[in-house]
Amino acid sequence: MIIAHRKPLEEIVEMLGQLNPVLVLGCGGCTSICLAGGQREAEQLAADLREDYGNRGGQLEVNTYTIERQCNADFFADIDRLAGDYQAIVSTACGAGVQFVAERYPRLPVLPALNTDFVGFDKDVGWYEENCRTCGDCVLGETGGICPVTRCAKSLFNGPCGGTRADGTCEVDPDIPCAWFEIHKRLREQGRLELITRVRPAREWQNQIRRTVIQEPYRERYGK
Amino acid sequence: METKSGGNLEAVLRAGHFAITGELGPPRGANVEAVHKKAAYLKDKVDAVNITDNQTAVVRMSSWATSLLVIQDGLEPNYQMVCRDRNRLAMQADILGAYAHGIRNMLCLSGDHQKFGDHPHSKGVFDIDSIQLIAMVRRMRDEGKFLSGEDIDTPPRIFIGAAANPFAEPFEWRITRLAKKVAAGADFIQTQCIYNMEKFRRWIHLANEEGLTEKVFILAGVTPFKSLGMAKYMKNSVPGMDVPDHLIKRLQGAKGKKGAIAAEGIKIACEQIQEFREMKGVAGVHLMAIEWEHKVPQIVEQAGLLPRPRVDGGNGGAPAAGE
Repeated sequence: MIIAHRKPLEEIVEMLGQLNPVLVLGCGGCTSICLAGGQREAEQLAADLREDYGNRGGQLEVNTYTIERQCNADFFADIDRLAGDYQAIVSTACGAGVQFVAERYPRLPVLPALNTDFVGFDKDVGWYEENCRTCGDCVLGETGGICPVTRCAKSLFNGPCGGTRADGTCEVDPDIPCAWFEIHKRLREQGRLELITRVRPAREWQNQIRRTVIQEPYRERYGK
Repeated sequence: METKSGGNLEAVLRAGHFAITGELGPPRGANVEAVHKKAAYLKDKVDAVNITDNQTAVVRMSSWATSLLVIQDGLEPNYQMVCRDRNRLAMQADILGAYAHGIRNMLCLSGDHQKFGDHPHSKGVFDIDSIQLIAMVRRMRDEGKFLSGEDIDTPPRIFIGAAANPFAEPFEWRITRLAKKVAAGADFIQTQCIYNMEKFRRWIHLANEEGLTEKVFILAGVTPFKSLGMAKYMKNSVPGMDVPDHLIKRLQGAKGKKGAIAAEGIKIACEQIQEFREMKGVAGVHLMAIEWEHKVPQIVEQAGLLPRPRVDGGNGGAPAAGE
């Protein structure tokens, strides 16, 4: 899941400038699940904006609408009808959703309400951990299901570096476990340390140019 | 003598001498005189001098440029390169340029994380890791090929160094990681500063048992304590550093006369060096007198490591000609 959190209100206000009226567009996908951009958070943002403008003697006309996902055209029928009534859309989707909305309404300023953080999982309620950098060449099968690209601060493929602390945490932050300490521990317990004994050669990075995935059955349809 | 690099450090080690390398931290500016001043303390006292590469992730004069300056002073540089600041294109380009200007040794490192430095929010590169860097330099030298597989017109002849920290966890894996560095192509190893001699003995014993010390020259890292504050800082604030309490107590016991603690720190370092000389599998020491270069002549003298050997095939520290 994509994890995001709301930008500071001042930053959103500054982006808005004189744009008025405004539609806060909520997203029912990932940012809803991580409690950053669903219906409730979109309405909270609208309320915060109204209050902020009011406190400064102004008035912002702001409505909210939340759709199932902002990364697929199928969910935009209602917004297509509404968009023309506004000078700007503030999207509470991830960076992909914001771009999808911006592409759909190219004459309208579409502004991000969130900072998109990472691909991760729920550690606990309201607690998310980064676990995937979408590198496009997964090595988890050989690293005990622990990602060295994401979870090692230096993305080492032949770790650990010399900075592992005595308690197995990373030198950059005592709250972050050393990925390679964990990889070693898990593979030792599985009796599979041989997986990391040989030198892993330099990798061919797959995430340096914008990527497209087209599923095999659809290649013909798109002429790809 | 046949060497891979034509450098002095390699010749000294292959001739079986107990080697000593020093360390010189480049200035935080273009202060050429500061480099020459530090180099003067090290001249004829060490077989090669490590030139650190933006150490602790703080911007300094570049490692290769400072290396060229110390070559002018008649010192042989050990050019440190970290994976944090450059990708494989920049690394290979710098290796070629360094060799063309007479650099014969390299120390291949991951690099301190940028978070610790003066630009904590810079983008760390880490395109390849330190072991992949070692393998890349070896391929450039021995196969005459870039990482891409394409041919190099006049390959760089580099004596390849790597680091090892015998004190970081998981301890048992540290020997495997040393073995990986050797397999990747490391010719010599410089260790993290050693204070816990008992643990280091266990580590070198394992390295001997695995046959690694027959394949790679291990230089034991020594950093003399300048003060009690430094010792406590090393103990409490530097991850991966192991400073036993008895050393702290010993320094505390030296309190009194001005300079007594520093003298005790040097004495401890010299005792360590003596132990390393007699330790199977240790081929030399790497003396990191951090911002204390002017004490190196005294330490090396006191440790009985002078005069430094002159070896045929080595350049005695003099600048090597580009090829």
